[in-house]
Formats: sequence, C-alpha cells, structure tokens
Amino acid sequence: MIINYPLAMNDLNMLEQTLLNDHLDGLESESIYIIREVVSQCANPAMLFSGGKDSIVMFHLARKAFQFGQRPIKLPFPIVHIDTGHNYPEVIQFRDQVVRETGVKLIVGFVEDSIAKGSVKLRKATDSRNADQAVTLLETIADYQFDALMGGARRDEEKARAKERIFSFRDEFGQWDPKAQRPELWNLYNARISQGENMRVFPISNWTELDVWQYIAREQLALPRIYYTHKREVVRKNNLLIPVTTITPKAPSNLSEVLDVRFRTVGDISCTCPVFSFASTPQDIIAETAITEITERGATRMDDQTNEASMERRKKEGYF
Amino acid sequence: MDHATSRNVVRFITAGSVDDGKSTLIGRLLYDTKSILVDQLESLSKTKHARVTSADAGFDLALLTDGLEAEREQGITIDVAYRYFSTPTRKFIVADAPGHEQYTRNLVTGASQSDVAVILVDASRVALGTSPATLLAQTKRHAAIVHLLGLRHVVFAVNKMDLFEFEEQRFNAIAASIKDLAQKIGLTNPSIIPISALLGANVVSPSHQTPWYKGPTLLAWLEGLDTRALSEQLGLRIPIQYVARQDGSASDDFRGYLGQIESGRLYKGQKIKVLPCHVEATIGQIYLANHSQGEHCNSTQSAHTGDAVTIQLVEDIDVSRGSLFIDAQDANPPTPSKQIVADLCWLDTEPLSLCRKYALRHTTNTVAAKIKGVKRVLDIETLSHGTDIHALKANEIGRVELTLQQPIAADTFNQSSGTGAFILIDEASNHTVAAGLIIQAH
Repeated sequence: MIINYPLAMNDLNMLEQTLLNDHLDGLESESIYIIREVVSQCANPAMLFSGGKDSIVMFHLARKAFQFGQRPIKLPFPIVHIDTGHNYPEVIQFRDQVVRETGVKLIVGFVEDSIAKGSVKLRKATDSRNADQAVTLLETIADYQFDALMGGARRDEEKARAKERIFSFRDEFGQWDPKAQRPELWNLYNARISQGENMRVFPISNWTELDVWQYIAREQLALPRIYYTHKREVVRKNNLLIPVTTITPKAPSNLSEVLDVRFRTVGDISCTCPVFSFASTPQDIIAETAITEITERGATRMDDQTNEASMERRKKEGYF
Repeated sequence: MDHATSRNVVRFITAGSVDDGKSTLIGRLLYDTKSILVDQLESLSKTKHARVTSADAGFDLALLTDGLEAEREQGITIDVAYRYFSTPTRKFIVADAPGHEQYTRNLVTGASQSDVAVILVDASRVALGTSPATLLAQTKRHAAIVHLLGLRHVVFAVNKMDLFEFEEQRFNAIAASIKDLAQKIGLTNPSIIPISALLGANVVSPSHQTPWYKGPTLLAWLEGLDTRALSEQLGLRIPIQYVARQDGSASDDFRGYLGQIESGRLYKGQKIKVLPCHVEATIGQIYLANHSQGEHCNSTQSAHTGDAVTIQLVEDIDVSRGSLFIDAQDANPPTPSKQIVADLCWLDTEPLSLCRKYALRHTTNTVAAKIKGVKRVLDIETLSHGTDIHALKANEIGRVELTLQQPIAADTFNQSSGTGAFILIDEASNHTVAAGLIIQAH
C-alpha cells in the first residue's frame, strides 16, 4: 500500500505549533534524570544501541547527562548491540562511526554465536532472527553480569509497551510479568534486584515518534542514511513493501519495482520494511509523521502483524 | 507537579469504577483528536472480544486502550497504561488507571505522575432517591485519593448521559452530590461536565443535546488548564543524584554534582547550604543537560525548576548522593529529622509490619525506617478515620509515625511532592510496598 500524506491547512497549523516543541525540554530532563538514576542505583549497567533512531536519541541524551562543559564526555557505561547478522550495512557503518567518534565502549552479542552454541535453533537459515535476539540478549547479560540495561522503547509504539514501567523488573529468566509490576511513584524509581535478576529501563518511555523526530531535528542528530528517501527494489506484499535483499530474495513469481522509500525503523532485515516516501530531512519526516495514518510498527514490522499479542508474548520471553 | 513538565505537556489520570466507561472515554479522546491510526483500527476488527460498539466509530472505542491479551480475555484492564495524544496547543500524557480491586495501588501510581484528574461518574449508577443523590463508594474513594495526592485540578465527567436523554435535572442532582462530596473531602471548585463518551458528547465536540450546559467540553477544559508550577512557595531544592569524578588524572580534580532542580532557581555565585549536614558552599559552575545548545559548551549562568544540571562548588566539601542543596538564605528550610508523621498508601499484598525495618527512599536518599505506630486508618466507605486502628493492608491508607535511622531533609507533601514524598521498599522482596506523604517532620 502506498501511503498518501494529504496536507490540509489544519495540519499545517498543527505543524507550526509542534515545531515550537518546547515540551522537548521537559521530556529531555525526565530522560536524563532516569539515565542518571540508573548509573547511581545500578552497579553494572549498559545501554542498548542498535543504530536505530530511538537508540540514537537515547545515546545522545546519555551524553548530555554526562557532559561537563568542555571536558571530553566519558559515559560511565558501555553500549550493547545485539547483532542478528541480518543488518543493513548502513546501520552497522553508522554504529561503528559513533564508536569511533565518541570513544564509547561497544559490546556486541551475536545471534550467530547463539546459533553456533545451539541455544538458538532456526528452522531455516533465512528465518527471521528478531525473536531470537532475546536469547542472545540474555546470554550477553549473563556473560557481562549486567544488572540493568537501558533500552530505547517507547510506550506509544505498542499496546504491551504502554503498560510497562520505566524501571521494568525481570526475573532470572529475563521474563516480564505484567501482573506483578512494581508500582512506580513520582520520580522515586526502585531499581533493587537480587542476584541473577535484572532491570530493563526505558528512559524515553514517554516520547512519541513525533517527539523523537522533532528532537532529531532540534539537536541535528545524524542518522543512518536509509532513514531518508532513497531508491530501493521492493516487492509489494500484504500492504507492505518487502525489500529485495539476500536475506529476503524475491520469489520468481513476484514482481519487484524500484521505489522511493525510507525506513521508519531499521531492525533485522528479515522483518523491517520501508515505506514510500520522498522525505530527505527530519523536517520532511516530521511533516509526514504528524499526519501519517499508519503507526510505526504496523507499517514496517512483519513480525508484529502475525499475532495481535505477539509483543506481549515476546516480552514475557525476555525480549526487550 | 515537580517532575519535569513544561507548560505544554499536561499529564492526567482517569479514574472510575469498572464499567463507568473510562476506556471508552480515552478511546473517544484519541479517536476524536485523530490520534488513532489506520492499522490500530484494523487490528480492532481482528480482536475477538467486543463490548459496546460506538455508533459513529463503528467499533468498540474501549478496545483502543485494552492492551494485554490477558485483559482482552477477561474484558478488564489490569495495569496503568500510558496514552499519548496531541492537539495543536498541547501534548497530553494519560495515565489510564483501572478501576477494579487493585484500584488504590493503580490510582496512587497514576496520580503520582499526573497534574490533573478526570474522575468518571456513571450517571446510571447514581442513586437519586436520596438527598443528595448517592454516589458509588468507588467514586468517593477515587476523589479522596486524588485529593490526598495533591492533584491541583480535578474534573468530574458525568458519563452515559445519553441513557437519560441528556436530562438536565438528573445532571443537576448528580452535580449537587458531587459538590457535597468535594466539600466533605476539601476539594475546592471541582469542574463537572455532562458527557457521553460513547456518542462523543461534550468530550471533544460540544453536544447540541445539552443546550442547558454552558461550560467547556472536556478537551477544552484540559487545554485551558494552567499547569505551570505554583508560584514558588519553596526556594531552591536540588537532591543530588550522583557525584561525577574525573578519573585517571591527578592534576584534574573535577567533581560534579548531578541532579534535577525540584524547585527554585540556581545561579552562579549563589550561596547554598548542603543538607542534612548544614555545610555552606558557593555555586561555581553550572552545566545544563537539557535544552538545546552548542555541542561543546553547556556551561550556564543560571537554571530553573525542572532542569537537569551538573554543579561544581567553589569549596571542597563532602557531598554524596542523597544530599540536598538549598539556598543559604532559605526562609523556610526543610528540617532534617528522624521522626516523621506521614500518610501511607499501602500497596503490597504483604501487610505493614511494625517489627520490620524498611528502606525509605526520599528524593535520592535512602535510609532505614521503622513504623513506630499506626495513628489512624482512613475508612474509605465513610471517608472518616475509622476507630479500627490496625496494621495497613494492601490498598489501605493510614497515618503513621516513622522512626528513621538517619535524618532526612524533608518538606511536607503539601509544600512539594518532590521533597515531601517517599516510598518504602521491602528489603527482602525488593518490592515497593508503600507510597508516603509527609505530614510533619520534626
């Protein structure tokens, strides 16, 4: 399905207003407070970094949290990337560039290693590895003995996320129990855990997709270039544009075409689809996001569509 | 409230009993502000569970907010969910607190994150035979809790008016009993709006079926609120979160104190006092973490309520996480104290124990605490303080006396939730077991 973005007068007015975005200062302050709490309360925290826009925003917030004038910024925790092996090269290049430029410590957990070890079994090599990230994530947590992991999930993304705490407790199996969450009062976060247990913390819980793009524009954050319009060979299927890649080759019966597209999320190749778009700047994307009719995950994630409750089930299994 | 919100973000909680139409109301706000997207609507048709279908929307609006699989199976809402919508003037964050048996726990949680409360009153469940009309016990409970948690703006949305053909007399009778309740619990000037969430009457669009109602729609009321922090009754309050040291260099003895300004103004050269130790010091440098600015210099002359800052002091003194910075000339400083009277909302299934030690987290400070005694327990049915004084159980509210191992620098909750609230943590289970509102510290 090709999404049209009808620009009505009313929307333009709304756009002007949203560009004033002074609410970002408040969201920013809340997120920085949360990141600093993690560093204060947890002995060995880390921050997930995928090279996606939400993790780029979170990483930028972390750097602002620990920026002291002219001093070189030194984050008191490493970043962790769970690598499915099915990446767009632009995203990995971007990740490595961030590491080079900021000097942050990067730890990569490879799903390939979990497959080699036997803890992840695929039916066939090209199966989506998105759900298997949970296994590699838990193995990485165990290997490095992290007691808290910060993630860039937002509550507006999905129904199960809307109910998750900012400090989300996980048991020894990395599982989330939605019926036994700790009450979260004021800004008094309780990160206490016992040995083997774990905290997942979501500093940008209260941001929406629009907030994220406004912030990227305001702070002039660099993103992997596939977030902006580019030509790509795709196959139209089930209202999605499936990119033609080595992981997702086109079947002989499929017709492919080259379209102007951009990615709204840049996860595992096997389950991330681009949308039709000519947007080449954050401002263009804000104009689209403010009035788009399709939520981020719905338009672009093959796996979430399969089952209405798929996120809830995956979270219970330890997924982020 | 003093968590960082700018004036363009409004955080509100919706409270109501099961079946008062809370989920439908939020669904209506999202739908009518065009915050619902095509694929969300499509997934609703895939969902099996169906309750009432709204005529104009063509689907059950409540399903927009029923998040978890378990909830859809049972047709109830399990936990506080957060929703987001925007209008041209404001961004709204909604804490959707479910109304079933865990109500107090969820309501207290949601209310602590909010500036505003929308309390739903089901017009079909108010008994009109009495004078004033009899509201549901839950409505009274919700109003009492919201008031206790210090929410400054409260609106009662009298829902399901469509079932009574938007009859003015019925609304007036219900409004009279709401005013009576408000007076009893000390809530001044509550707003009362007749609505039908199902039909969308007076939610986003004014209804032509209530010509007798001259007030704003619910959304207009929310958009018009002044949620800016009250004119500063309190001076500077900065609880220190973290002390950053420059490691690896003996020549650079950088020490930065990280924290969020809970209230007041901070400026270079300001004389401050560090509590609880009462040592005075001078603000040397301020680095501002939020706000847009140049990549390489975030040094600033001053900072304000809500800002995330890093502070360097001129003097070399001992500051650690949990220290509180106040202005040295503060006219009304918090008293560091080890004896505290507080209202406790008990949240855990394990009841309060007078012989156990709890961890008390107040601002960024954690101290050991024992509950010396329960002074009274709120009788939620009569809204009076019952004569039955017992150890608090889950979802009960009572006034207690606490003894702390170390003094904390506390304001009262009425002065500031930022420095007047605390939580209790069970050190065995690590659960957050209670929310505390400081009434008196001495």
